[in-house]
Amino acid sequence: MIAFIVRRVFASIGVMIAVGLIAFAMFRYVGDPVNQMVGVETSVAERAQLREELGLNDPAIVQALRFLSHAARFDFGVSYQFKEPVADLIGARMPATLELAFVASILSLLAGIPMGVYAALHRDSALSRLFQALSLIGISLPTFLTGILLITLFSVTLGWLPSFGRGEVVRLGPWWTTGFLTVSGLKSLIMPATTLALFQMTLIMRLVRAEMLEVLRADYIRFARARGLSESAIHFRHALKNTLVPVITIVGLQLGSIVAFSIITETVFAWPGMGQLFLQSIQNVDIPIMAAYLLFIALMFVIINLVVDILYVSIDPRLRASLHGMRG
Amino acid sequence: MSRADDLAKSGPAPPSLIARLRDNDLAASFLASKTTVAAGLIALILIVAGLAASLIAPTDPFNPAANFLMDSLTPPRFVAGGDPRFLLGTDDQGRDLWSAILYGLRISLMIGFLSVLLGGAIGVALGLIAGYAGGWIDSMIMRVADVQLTFPAILIALLLDGVAHALLQKSNREETAFLVLVAAIGLSFWVQYARTVRGSTMVEKNRDYVQAARLIGLKPTRILVRHILPNVMGPVLVIATINLAIAIITEATLSFLGVGLPPTEPSLGTLIRIGQNFLFSGEWWIVAFPSLALAVLVLSVNLLGDWLRDALNPRLK
Repeated sequence: MIAFIVRRVFASIGVMIAVGLIAFAMFRYVGDPVNQMVGVETSVAERAQLREELGLNDPAIVQALRFLSHAARFDFGVSYQFKEPVADLIGARMPATLELAFVASILSLLAGIPMGVYAALHRDSALSRLFQALSLIGISLPTFLTGILLITLFSVTLGWLPSFGRGEVVRLGPWWTTGFLTVSGLKSLIMPATTLALFQMTLIMRLVRAEMLEVLRADYIRFARARGLSESAIHFRHALKNTLVPVITIVGLQLGSIVAFSIITETVFAWPGMGQLFLQSIQNVDIPIMAAYLLFIALMFVIINLVVDILYVSIDPRLRASLHGMRG
Repeated sequence: MSRADDLAKSGPAPPSLIARLRDNDLAASFLASKTTVAAGLIALILIVAGLAASLIAPTDPFNPAANFLMDSLTPPRFVAGGDPRFLLGTDDQGRDLWSAILYGLRISLMIGFLSVLLGGAIGVALGLIAGYAGGWIDSMIMRVADVQLTFPAILIALLLDGVAHALLQKSNREETAFLVLVAAIGLSFWVQYARTVRGSTMVEKNRDYVQAARLIGLKPTRILVRHILPNVMGPVLVIATINLAIAIITEATLSFLGVGLPPTEPSLGTLIRIGQNFLFSGEWWIVAFPSLALAVLVLSVNLLGDWLRDALNPRLK
């Protein structure tokens, strides 16, 4: 088990270094950093001096190592557009994105798993068919269309919910602002979180349904039935438990992609998060922000992957056994 | 599939096309489901409408001279205040929305098909090479695939798009937007093909017919393209259909986010982006009709993909 974890940690570090090198290549070779930082009136001599100060004349390998070591300390340089440290810009917007992603994840799990279980247990009921149809629409409807649809209904027509922004936020400590504590903050959260959750929810529902149908066909379910166990004990103690094992992997990865998909949701609802910042940086060719965002997302995915792998092995005894077998 | 074809060729005269269609499982399963037939018809209509946009559309939305600002924000024909010239109304620049949707449909479909083709070609080629060659070539290709798979495709497409913007001159951004989108979306999708094809190639390369081909001294490229490729194409088709829907969504999303096609050359996503600005001022038609077209297009392609996946999956039979 320990050997497995160590191996996975090293693989994760490898991925992070690879992504770091890509980020460095973007930062260094896409456009000229000096030309991006200075105004038109800067003289050639001043440019050369800045180039030397930034270490852009050093060998590429030295620059790459410096970039990686700075990145490891969350120092991503200064944004071309805002002239502020990238880490501060991202840090200020991180709470908004993480709160949104957190609520969306909870929503998609709370709705997706029961719907999937129901659809598997009552395959041919009208409600299951409705769920299936809804899930197909959920997958076919681009995220931004869902958002626009919600705005049309709840902001334009009914006027119940705000269509943009985070509402009033409360500052907690130096790093965190939260919308959880005010009424307007919570109201603002409803539509973006629903939009973001919808796509994930349909995926989770389809996955849980498919896995559960598979498990219900297994022999041990038939034996449980032969033993005279009640249907609910079979469904929830035997079937659901085994369904959730493979579901964890995919759901874990999906939760990571919620943060990435929040780029779209944040744009539709003018949500002041990291996704919006990233999108602006693409439009304005603000490479330091793009590179930092890339590294942030990579770090998040790598951590989620790692946790999921470890959970997977510790939950499923068969995998543990095969690991022991491998180690001799 | 091709091995069966080869056998058929050596046997008695091949059956007629109609007889083959009748006996074909795929055609039979297509006709068996009303939803699938409906989805197929709708997809066909949308594709034809997109292809024939320049013939059907009453005006050319790309030609600024043909549109008049005084016609802007006209409601649809069937609403009070509508103009009989504009079936679905006009947008903020006086463009006929019906024409713009037809042209937008064409652009969305073209980018969708081309990027699926690009991603498929790269993925299948790398998958074949990785599976057949094995060794360090295989592990190098698959490591790259693993790293890319860590990120959602939309993020990769956004990044590639951003890097391309940075590399290209501002002045030709509009002309290159189309190609940049195809490349960005195509490159964000190749991993799935590569993994699938690699897996089946590793199985196929140990089969007798590949050994035989190798024994008579055929070159590896010929073995890969003429012998292995036809036998690993089944799953590729399923991935391609599902990816077509995702590619169309991705293009629309990028254009909606403002990093895709410019407003002068509107795709469905660009039209929705324009329309979103008029949500609160009451001009609902600018956002409603392009959204409807996009949703119907993606839904029908998705339904076809679902059918193809089930029809080609031997486990479900």
